[in-house]
Amino acid sequence: MKSAVVLLPGLNRDRDMIAALTKISGQAPATVWQTDTEIPDVDLIAIPGGFSFGDYLRCGAIAARMPVMRAVAEKAAKGVPVIGVCNGFQILVEAGLLPGALMRNASLKFVCRQVKLEIANANTMFTRHYKPGQIIRSPVAHHDGNYFADAETLARLEGEGQVVFRYAEGTNPNGSINDIAGIVNDKGNVLGLMPHPENLIEAAHGGNDGRALFESALGIAA
Amino acid sequence: MKARITVTLKNGVLDPQGKAIEHALSGLGFDGVGQVRQGKVFDIELTGTDKAKAEADLKAMCDKLLANTVIENYAVEIA
Repeated sequence: MKSAVVLLPGLNRDRDMIAALTKISGQAPATVWQTDTEIPDVDLIAIPGGFSFGDYLRCGAIAARMPVMRAVAEKAAKGVPVIGVCNGFQILVEAGLLPGALMRNASLKFVCRQVKLEIANANTMFTRHYKPGQIIRSPVAHHDGNYFADAETLARLEGEGQVVFRYAEGTNPNGSINDIAGIVNDKGNVLGLMPHPENLIEAAHGGNDGRALFESALGIAA
Repeated sequence: MKARITVTLKNGVLDPQGKAIEHALSGLGFDGVGQVRQGKVFDIELTGTDKAKAEADLKAMCDKLLANTVIENYAVEIA
C-alpha cells in the first residue's frame, strides 16, 4: 500500500506521519514538496500537522495556495483518499476541499493533551475498522481547532454523516460546534481532523487507538 | 495608488479574542465598553492607475486569499 506525505515549510509533525505510515503500510511514503505539481499514484495522501508558513494570515491559508495543493485537489477529485491532521485539516479547509473554518480555541489557549473521540460514523473509508459509537483516545495539540460552519452547512454535515469524529465525554478542548473533531467531504474520500491519530499507533505511544484509522484508509486488515 | 482592506468577522461568528479584549478593557477601568470584535487591516500599494481595475483586483485578492469568506467579511477602500 503506497502513500504520500505533503511537506511544507513550518510543518513539524511530518516525521511522525512518515513513521506511522511506514510502520503501518510496511513501506516509507513518498514525500512531495510544496512546489511539486504532481503527486505519484498512491493509495493515500497525508497532510501532517504543524505550523505551515508560521500560521501567517490564517492557519493553513498560505499553504492552501501552494502548487502542491492543486495537485492534491486533482487527486482528491479522482477519488484518492486524502487525510489532513491538525494543520493539515486547516489547510484542507482553507483549500476549499472541506467545508467550514477552524477558528481560535474558545479558551484562547494552546491545548496539548489527550482527549476522547467518539466514532460518529464508522461507515467511511477512514473508520471502517472502528465500531459505530466506539470511544477512542487521541492526543491533540493545537491553538486553532474550533470548528465552525454556518447553520446550513452544519445541517448538511450532520444529515449526511460527514461528521466522523466527535470529542466525547466532555473532552472538547476547543469549543468546536457540535463537538466536531473531524469531518469528511461529500464524496467521503477527504478527511480532516484536529487530533493526532498518528501519535497513538503502538504500545510505545501508550496505546494504538489511532492505528485503525490508517489501516482503514490503506485497506489493511486489522 | 494605495488601498486599504479591512477584514472583519461576520455577525454570529464567535470571536473569543474580541471577548478577551472586551474584558481586558473593562479591567482597565474603561466603563461603557460594549461588544469588541477583532479584525485585520491590509495596506496595499498598487502600481496601476486604473481605479476600476484596482477595485476588481482587490476584491479578487480578498476572495482568493485575504479573507476567509466562510467566517469573514471584507471592505475595500482606495485612497
